[in-house]
Amino acid sequence: MTAPTADHASGATALTDALNAFADHRPEPQAVQLLRPDGTLTLPPEHIPGYGSELLRALYRDMRMARELDTEATALQRQGELGLWPPLLGQEAAQIGSAHALRPDDHVFPSYREHGVAWCRGVDPVDVVRLFRGVTNGGWDPRGSGFHLYTLVVGAHVLHATGYAMSLAKRGSDAVAVAYFGDGASSEGDVAEAFTFAAVHDAPVLFLCQNNQWAISEPVTRQTSSPLYRRAQGFGFPGVRVDGNDALAVHAVTRHALDHIRGGGGPFFVEAFTYRMGAHTTSDDPTRYRPPAELEQWRARDPLARLRAHLSATGLAEPAFFEETEERATELAHRVRHAVRTMPDPAPAGVFDHVHAEGHALVDEERRRFEEYERSFTDPERP
Amino acid sequence: MPAQTMTLAKALNLSLRTALEDDPDVLVMGEDVGRLGGVFRVTDGLQKDFGEDRVMDSPLAESGIVGTAVGLALGGHRPVVEIQFDGFVFPAYDQIVTQLAKLHARSGGALRMPVVVRIPYGGGIGAVEHHSESPEALFAHVPGLKVVSPATPSDAYWMLGQAVRSDDPVIFFEPKRRYWDTGEVDPGATPPPLHRARVVRAGTDLTLAGYGPTVKLCREAAEAAAEDGRSVEVLDLRSLSPVDFDTVQASVERTHRLVVVHEAPVFFGAGAEIAARITTRCFYALEAPVLRVGGHHTPYPPARLEGHYLPDLDRVLAAVDDSLAY
Repeated sequence: MTAPTADHASGATALTDALNAFADHRPEPQAVQLLRPDGTLTLPPEHIPGYGSELLRALYRDMRMARELDTEATALQRQGELGLWPPLLGQEAAQIGSAHALRPDDHVFPSYREHGVAWCRGVDPVDVVRLFRGVTNGGWDPRGSGFHLYTLVVGAHVLHATGYAMSLAKRGSDAVAVAYFGDGASSEGDVAEAFTFAAVHDAPVLFLCQNNQWAISEPVTRQTSSPLYRRAQGFGFPGVRVDGNDALAVHAVTRHALDHIRGGGGPFFVEAFTYRMGAHTTSDDPTRYRPPAELEQWRARDPLARLRAHLSATGLAEPAFFEETEERATELAHRVRHAVRTMPDPAPAGVFDHVHAEGHALVDEERRRFEEYERSFTDPERP
Repeated sequence: MPAQTMTLAKALNLSLRTALEDDPDVLVMGEDVGRLGGVFRVTDGLQKDFGEDRVMDSPLAESGIVGTAVGLALGGHRPVVEIQFDGFVFPAYDQIVTQLAKLHARSGGALRMPVVVRIPYGGGIGAVEHHSESPEALFAHVPGLKVVSPATPSDAYWMLGQAVRSDDPVIFFEPKRRYWDTGEVDPGATPPPLHRARVVRAGTDLTLAGYGPTVKLCREAAEAAAEDGRSVEVLDLRSLSPVDFDTVQASVERTHRLVVVHEAPVFFGAGAEIAARITTRCFYALEAPVLRVGGHHTPYPPARLEGHYLPDLDRVLAAVDDSLAY
């Protein structure tokens, strides 16, 4: 080892400078917000893409319908008609705002709480509750709606969205695949792998993370020590945070992200900063882990209340609009309730249907034996 | 194309080449499958001829490989993905078991999953840890998957082509120690169905059933037994999900004895299911319990000990003796 020289001190400084060059000195930006909780705009309306009576009424109407479905399904679970329900309460703006920015040929890969997105994609709410009644593991044909089946293995579908986007790109389509997932899913390896595949393939995929602050009982601080939107930068694509309770901002940011992707810009990450006002599912009890004051704080930022306040204050919607929306919501609730209560159980031998596309000798044999066994209860020839 | 003699690896390569030529939706994806042509050269030259868009070097992420293949299949493509070694499939196990295997059923038949997952498997090449495993039973146990393993260059060629054309997900286990074995491949022939077992040597005293790497071993055992005056029939099962039990049953009804040979641990292995089903089907025809020869219930050993772990000629012949002694 050589003795320290006069250059030693300046060498150390140079090393410190070299290391400091990697430090991130950027101030943390505010989430993008267009509509304040009190219903006032943060920007002049002419600077807000799509701003107008038509969009704002549609956003409000669909958020109201999603909330009604959620309320009804929660009630149906409490009455024993559904086995389980994961409520979306509080996340209406994140879902409806983003879904309204999509094109019909875009393809959504939801998690299991995206009932509002399903509604916007034209999936019949009755089909959505079928899964939770326990009559199917699917519920609808994703090819018609561009809305894939729910995925209950957290984060697994984010890879499917990425692969689907790779497929779209190979066909020269400018449609986009959209993966909805949560702050809990952001810790899953599949989500990190999806980011990697999407980035290196420049895949046309939008990663839409609803950070609702809670993964069952674990606060987002158990998932990450830095803001989630920043994760995108490490993978080489843009990430932004939007006020997830502001439907107008979510819509504008999603539209921006989709334009970026359609223009060949590759993947984009949107973190919709929102709050799960309800339980994780109807089997959960958030009072065991969540301070009531936190819920009250977020209740003051209710996504429906702020858009309603804006529509009323600006005169973009008359009282008749709200009355009609309430009527439609009530009709939806009645329709879902009636459909659920008259929904038949599937035929037992149906479990053998569609295990394979091209059949399977052992499954066929098991089906024959099962049907024979079932018949034995009613066959008068048998003792 | 006339019949040619080639290695099993080359037969797989030719099969992939044919599939890529025949169907523009077929894609090949995996680690090092592009420029390098795969660590076993099974995909040699394919990227050069079909381009990076169809023969893709993937990030080093097995769950990502299978998970994006699911998405590619939803988009109408037919991905053939490679897991580089048997022991590396487990990060992808969740995607295979909870997603790939179930989507057709979950969607009520609306969504098809024409995905082939190729896995070089088995020991005998002196490899390091996690490079010699036989996890086939872990996949055959999963409803919704089909599991096959060729033993010869001809079957490698035909079965891979059939797997690619199948609308069901197929886990395609390639016996890596047989990659360099040669045999005739006749692209003009008519192949048997993908899930049909085959009698590769007729016999009357006992049936030896193997698949993938152990078929050759079973043939050698049958030849050795013949020198002792014993007529041993050899079956190549070819498919593990489904197993062609009709062919096995017909053989056992002729020979009255069955020994199943695989490299995977015997405990809860494919041989156990075959023993149970054949005992049920052939209870009055059997002269001896169905016996099994395979790996121990231990982690796969270091390479210098694999000769003591893998079934070999002596262990198979000992099982033949045991069966005939009943």
